[in-house]
Amino acid sequence: MGKFKKKKGGELPAISTASLPDIVFMLLFFFMTTTVMRDSSALVKNELAFSDQATKIKDKNLYEYLMIGAPTDKKYGTNPKIQLNDVFGSVDEVRGFVRESLVSKSDVDKPKVTFGFKADMDATMGIISDVKDELRKENALKIAYYTRTGELSMNK
Amino acid sequence: MGRRKIPEINAGSMADIAFLLLIFFLVTTTMNQDRILTAKLPPWLPDNANVDIIIKEKNIFKILVSKDDVLLVENERMNIKDLRQAAINFLDNGGGTGENSCSYCKGKKDPKSSDNPAVKAVMSLKNDRGTSNKMYMSIQNELIAAYNFLRNRSSLEKYDLDWATLEEEYKDASPGPKKAALKKKIKAIKALWPKKISESVNK
Repeated sequence: MGKFKKKKGGELPAISTASLPDIVFMLLFFFMTTTVMRDSSALVKNELAFSDQATKIKDKNLYEYLMIGAPTDKKYGTNPKIQLNDVFGSVDEVRGFVRESLVSKSDVDKPKVTFGFKADMDATMGIISDVKDELRKENALKIAYYTRTGELSMNK
Repeated sequence: MGRRKIPEINAGSMADIAFLLLIFFLVTTTMNQDRILTAKLPPWLPDNANVDIIIKEKNIFKILVSKDDVLLVENERMNIKDLRQAAINFLDNGGGTGENSCSYCKGKKDPKSSDNPAVKAVMSLKNDRGTSNKMYMSIQNELIAAYNFLRNRSSLEKYDLDWATLEEEYKDASPGPKKAALKKKIKAIKALWPKKISESVNK
């Protein structure tokens, strides 16, 4: 019985856990702020063209984008493809994508929604033109081209 | 033996340290803010709708890009470096007379070039299906740069304000009379230099 009483008096005091919530919240906030930007992983090569006239996006909520570029995985070929959200999409699926993106928006925001192209600089305009036609059919006429800040001479 | 009791660490300042770190990360993690060039598409018309809009040749700034990224402006080869100035010259020409005259244009008033940027002048950008995106973006960028240059000039003349700062202030302003006033200014400038770029594909 006395076996258990031996250590009495020599224990370390318990480490205060009062700051644990703070640390947890700090981590939480940190991850919250950093994980917002990547909502889908790119299946296509996506090196945007450079431009020096581009403006910043103010309200991210009003912008929907689709990606166009050669697939990163060679087994899907080398021709530029469209990526809608997380999957490859065909030109015919663009209209569905437009309607789907508008569903979640409020009625006030609907006419303000801009559809953007995140197109790889080496993609050809043919596929982009096809998508533009689909957007026109869906009456989504406000469009945007995503670019990187830089000199035009970097578009090589 | 007199093993000393370790005194309890004061955790009172821990929260402060945590917040300090939090604020540090908030400030330093730059969210890669997206940058865009905006454009507007024409409404889709069914094939049988035959709408012919007649625009005088001189009021169209014809830009053609081939599948090999060769740039043709008004049927002549041009280096992308010269496009901005050529576009400015075209828009700023102000060759119109009478009701089409342009009081704020400072161009050469060449009767063979555009009449009035507010009502007449149109940019026509035609590309091939094989045109590369980077070339197309470069052209878009230069055309927008031309408009921005001219808008900036008018904005400085009228309101003594940079066009860029005017737009920035408008975006950052909270709704109210100040924002409304800024919006009015922006609208006035945009009415002087409306962005009329028609994009089409060579079929």
